[in-house]
Amino acid sequence: MALELLKDTTLPTAAAAYPKKWHSRAYAIAGLAALLVIVILATSAIGSTEIALGTLFNIFWAKLPFIHINPTWPITAETIILHIRLPRILLAGLAGAALAVAGTTYQGLFRNPLADPYLIGVSQGAALGAVIGFLLPVSWQAGSVPLLAFAGAIIAVGIVYSIAKVGKTLPMTTLILAGVALGAFLSAITYYLMIISGDKLHGIISWLLGAFSLTNWWQVMIVTPYILLGATVIWLYARPLNIMQLDEDQAQQLGINVERVKLILLAAATLITAAAVCFCGIIGFVGIIIPHAVRLIWGPDHRFLLPLATLSGAISLILADTAARTLLSPTEIPVGIITAFLGAPFFLYLLRQKKRAIF
Amino acid sequence: MLNLHLENVSLGYNKRRVLHDISLEASPGEMLGIIGPNGSGKSTLIRGMTRLIYPSAGQIFLDGRNVADISRSELARMMAVVPQNPSLPELFTAFEVVLMGRTPHLKLFRYETKNDLLIVTKAMEVTKTLDFAERRISELSGGERQRLTIARALAQEPTILLLDEPTAHLDIKYQIETLDLARKLCLEQNLIVVTALHDLNLAAQYCDKLIMLSNGEIHCYGTPDAVISSQNIREVYGAEVYVYPHPLNHLPATLVAPARNEHKANH
Repeated sequence: MALELLKDTTLPTAAAAYPKKWHSRAYAIAGLAALLVIVILATSAIGSTEIALGTLFNIFWAKLPFIHINPTWPITAETIILHIRLPRILLAGLAGAALAVAGTTYQGLFRNPLADPYLIGVSQGAALGAVIGFLLPVSWQAGSVPLLAFAGAIIAVGIVYSIAKVGKTLPMTTLILAGVALGAFLSAITYYLMIISGDKLHGIISWLLGAFSLTNWWQVMIVTPYILLGATVIWLYARPLNIMQLDEDQAQQLGINVERVKLILLAAATLITAAAVCFCGIIGFVGIIIPHAVRLIWGPDHRFLLPLATLSGAISLILADTAARTLLSPTEIPVGIITAFLGAPFFLYLLRQKKRAIF
Repeated sequence: MLNLHLENVSLGYNKRRVLHDISLEASPGEMLGIIGPNGSGKSTLIRGMTRLIYPSAGQIFLDGRNVADISRSELARMMAVVPQNPSLPELFTAFEVVLMGRTPHLKLFRYETKNDLLIVTKAMEVTKTLDFAERRISELSGGERQRLTIARALAQEPTILLLDEPTAHLDIKYQIETLDLARKLCLEQNLIVVTALHDLNLAAQYCDKLIMLSNGEIHCYGTPDAVISSQNIREVYGAEVYVYPHPLNHLPATLVAPARNEHKANH
């Protein structure tokens, strides 16, 4: 479609500029996708156990169908890469992608540059759920932290939604205020539980700051369908989300069913955020900074903004987590500290580069 | 032939009724002006016609069909609105914003085709916005934004064009150009144009029929000659004015008659 338009010489100048922009952004998506693959491969070679790049490639090659390579590498190398590093890298990538997409969606829906995926109660709900999970008796604990975190996130947003809803409409300002208020309430309970948590406090704080240290394959398997489904729904609604940047009245006058679009996008963004944080904790900063950075570089059209943010979020969080596990190895730094410590200066640099309007 | 017909319509927000028992009719090629003091319900009437709010009583018919039964996107293909003071996203380019006017013609997951780009280009040409097609909204003046929303409305290819105080942010050159354009589209493309206007002189010059609203009701409805009179203006606006025939076309022209006039003339 766009390709025909690009070659069409009969288009007037103003109109011809438009498909050209589509193309440069499509190349950016392809470039970032390639970069993501490279980052996944490269970071799986990095860690406390050095693994040569050649060995790394052979291990991956051998996993492909119809290719048989006689293993000449130690079995520990294969275990480290395939069962420890790779699931961790993939979960970090999925979480980064989810947070960036959800952040972009929230910023778009609320038309507010300060919005992030945690704006309306996801994080506080997840944190309370997780802390309750930590405090359960040991015999109940298997899998309870992620399960309760996920449930807490969804329930919190559900409550906020039902409070803010007025008849058939959902005023976005009320939604934010209800989210902030309920979040404060839930945080109060969470902090109290933390104070009486005794020797579990360290584990709780690590979770709250975000950590991928205990990732395994089944976590990746569980999270993937949620994030894939939610992100796909959001991508499909990219053009209505563009129209919503006008305001709700104008969007309706252009034929958009505003209330339905809001509900679908809120549900999808909440779902993927809950799925992203339930195993790895409340990782901050990715969900607010990546959308802005991508918007600064490639513009505000959500049809490109959303996929570009997905890929950038994945790449960024994989890199941040690699730093988290290697910088002070063998000690792990909570990844949330890295995202803020390295992400904030990068973003401030971007802000300084662009003096024009950023949202 | 498509026409717009309001039958005893009452409009309001929650329990508060703003407009009461409004009936009117407009046919293609006709330009209908809504005038009245601040808060008399001009914008509310336009919001009601586009179904942003639903009538608490009465019905709105488009082409004999009840508007309540028409889907939002079909309604947006028939009717385009130029809102007063629209908020536009600062980072989008002018071209992208006008392209948003094609929304009701596109399936949810489709991209724009060549035809859409050509319609947008034409709409921008007509509204003289093509020169800044690639500029961002944040770099445009109030008047440029106003013309851009008119271009966006034209890109919808509507049969009814609703304008909510289209001249509010424009200097006199663009006030005239905008209403000239509305008038031209009305005649050439046989559109129904309904416009809320503040300026009584512009209303008299451009509209075929005028509705003067007062406290949520129609005070009078008819040709400019019938509606614009010093008596009506005194009753509705509580202002003393002098109305006389325009020297060029004998349409009613309103002159302010300030109380301080004599005093000032002495100096």
